[in-house]
Amino acid sequence: MLDQPRQNEAEAPVYRFDAAMPRRREDAVEDLVTGLRRWRLPVALAWLDLRNRYRGSVLGPFWMTLSTGAMVLGLGLLYASLFKQPFEKFLPFVAVSLIIWNLIAQTVTDACTSLTSAEGIIRQMPLPYSVHVLRCVFRNALIAAHNLPLILIVFVACGLWPGTEAFGAIPGLLVLALNAFFAALLLGMLCARFRDIGPIVASVMQLGFFLTPVIWEPRLLQGSGDWLLLNPFYPMMEIVRGPLIEGGASLGVWLAAIAYTVVAGAVALAFFVRFRGRIAFWV
Amino acid sequence: MPHISVEGVTIEFPLYHIGARSLKKRLLAKSRLREDDSHRVVVAALRELNFRIERGERVALIGHNGAGKTTLLRTLAGVYQPVAGRLEVEGLIGSLIDPAAGMDQESTGRENIVLRGLFRGLSERESEAMADEIGAFSDLGEFLDVPVRTYSAGMQVRLSFAMATVIEPQVLLMDEWFLAGDAAFMQKAREKLKLLVNDADILVLATHDMAIVREWCTRAIRLEAGRIVADGPAEVVTREM
Repeated sequence: MLDQPRQNEAEAPVYRFDAAMPRRREDAVEDLVTGLRRWRLPVALAWLDLRNRYRGSVLGPFWMTLSTGAMVLGLGLLYASLFKQPFEKFLPFVAVSLIIWNLIAQTVTDACTSLTSAEGIIRQMPLPYSVHVLRCVFRNALIAAHNLPLILIVFVACGLWPGTEAFGAIPGLLVLALNAFFAALLLGMLCARFRDIGPIVASVMQLGFFLTPVIWEPRLLQGSGDWLLLNPFYPMMEIVRGPLIEGGASLGVWLAAIAYTVVAGAVALAFFVRFRGRIAFWV
Repeated sequence: MPHISVEGVTIEFPLYHIGARSLKKRLLAKSRLREDDSHRVVVAALRELNFRIERGERVALIGHNGAGKTTLLRTLAGVYQPVAGRLEVEGLIGSLIDPAAGMDQESTGRENIVLRGLFRGLSERESEAMADEIGAFSDLGEFLDVPVRTYSAGMQVRLSFAMATVIEPQVLLMDEWFLAGDAAFMQKAREKLKLLVNDADILVLATHDMAIVREWCTRAIRLEAGRIVADGPAEVVTREM
C-alpha cells in the first residue's frame, strides 16, 4: 500500500486493515524497508529543506560553515587562555569537539520535530513514516557535511596531521548516523504525542554541553574518568574525536557506544512497532 | 478487481490536550465525544460504517461540515488507521484531498512534478517524462519553470489536479477543492475525470454541491455526525436532502 506499484503491473495493490488483527510488526517492517528502498525521496526533501532555509542568500548553507568557524576560533582563543594552553595545540581539540558536539546537539534537537514538521504530508498521503525520519537524518548529514571540512582546515592551519588513524572516524560517523535515525524515530514520536518533551530535550542538550568533555579535556577529571562513560554523549563524541586527535578511541568507549546504540535501537523500534498506527492522530 | 470494502469501521480522534475536568465533563455531555478505555476524551469521527463499493461505481459522500467526509476519504487512502472494523481497498489509489500536500512552494512546477513522482515511488527519469504531459494538461506554459509560490490559486489547483491524475489511479479519492479551477479548466478536468471513471475505476467524491452529485455520481452516501444516514442511487439520496 505504501509503495504503490505502477499501473502496468498485473496485480492490483491491496490495502487491508483489520483493527481486530493488527499486523503491527509486519507493518512496521514494511514501513522501514519501503522508506529505505525509496531513499531518493528523503534525500530530495532534505536538499529542499536546506535550500529553502538559505533561499536568496549569497553564501547559502556556507553560512553554517562560517558561523561554526567563527565560534571555533572565538571559543578556542578564550579557553586556550583560560586553561593556559598553547593556542595552536588547543585549537584542534576545540574545533573537533565543538563541531562534533554541534552535530550531535543539532541532530537531537531536530529529531524532536521529525514527524510534527511533516504533519501536512502525514495527514494527506500514506507514506512510510520512515521517510520523514530519514529526511531528518539526511538533513543533518548535509549540515554536517558543511561543518566537518572545517576540521581539515584547522588541522592544516595548525600544521597538524593525524595520520591514517583519522579514517577510524568514519565508522564512528556511521554509528552516529544510526543513532540519529533511532533518535529521530523515537523523539519524533514522543514529541508528537507529548508536546513537553521538545523543550525538555532542548534543556538536556544545553546541560549536556557542559557535562560532556566538549571544551574541557577528559583527563582533567583525574581518575574518575571512567564515570564519563555513563554520559551517553561522551562515547558518541569520542568514537569520532578519538581517531582524529588521539590516534583512536579506546575499547571501553567503543563498547559503551555500541551498547547505547543497541539500547536506543531497541527502544525506538519497540515504540515504532507499537504506536506506528497512532502517529497520524498525534501530529 | 478494484473494490472498497468497509465493515464496522470506526475512527476516533483523541483530544490530548484537554486537562481540566470541568471542561471534560461539559464536552462529554455532547453526543459525539466520549471517554475511551484509557480515559481520553475522543471525538467519534466515523462510527461503525458499513458499505461496499464495486468497480465502476461513482460514489458521492455528502453531508454537513464535520460529518466525516474528508476523514472517510483519508481513512480509505490509508492515512488513519481505524480503531475498530475491517477495511479493504483493492486497486491503485489516487487521492486528491489537499491541493498543496507535498508541494514545495519554493520549487518550480517542474521540480514539484519530479518531487511528486518521488513521493509516489517513481524514479526521477520517469517523473521527468511526465512533466511535459502534466505541463500541457495544466496549461501552465512557461510558468512550469517558475516557483509554485508565485502561482495563483487556480494555477496551483490545475497543477495538483494534473499531477494527481496523470497516474490514472484505479481508485480515485477526491475532495471538492478541485472545483476551484477556472471554467475552461473545469471542462477539461471533467473530461479527464470522465475518462478515469469510464475506465471502470472507482470514484469517491466528497462534496456539498448536489448538482455535481447528480451529474457525476451514480450513488450517494449521506453522512451525519460520523454515521451513514442514507445510501443509495444519487437521485434518490439527493432528493431527500
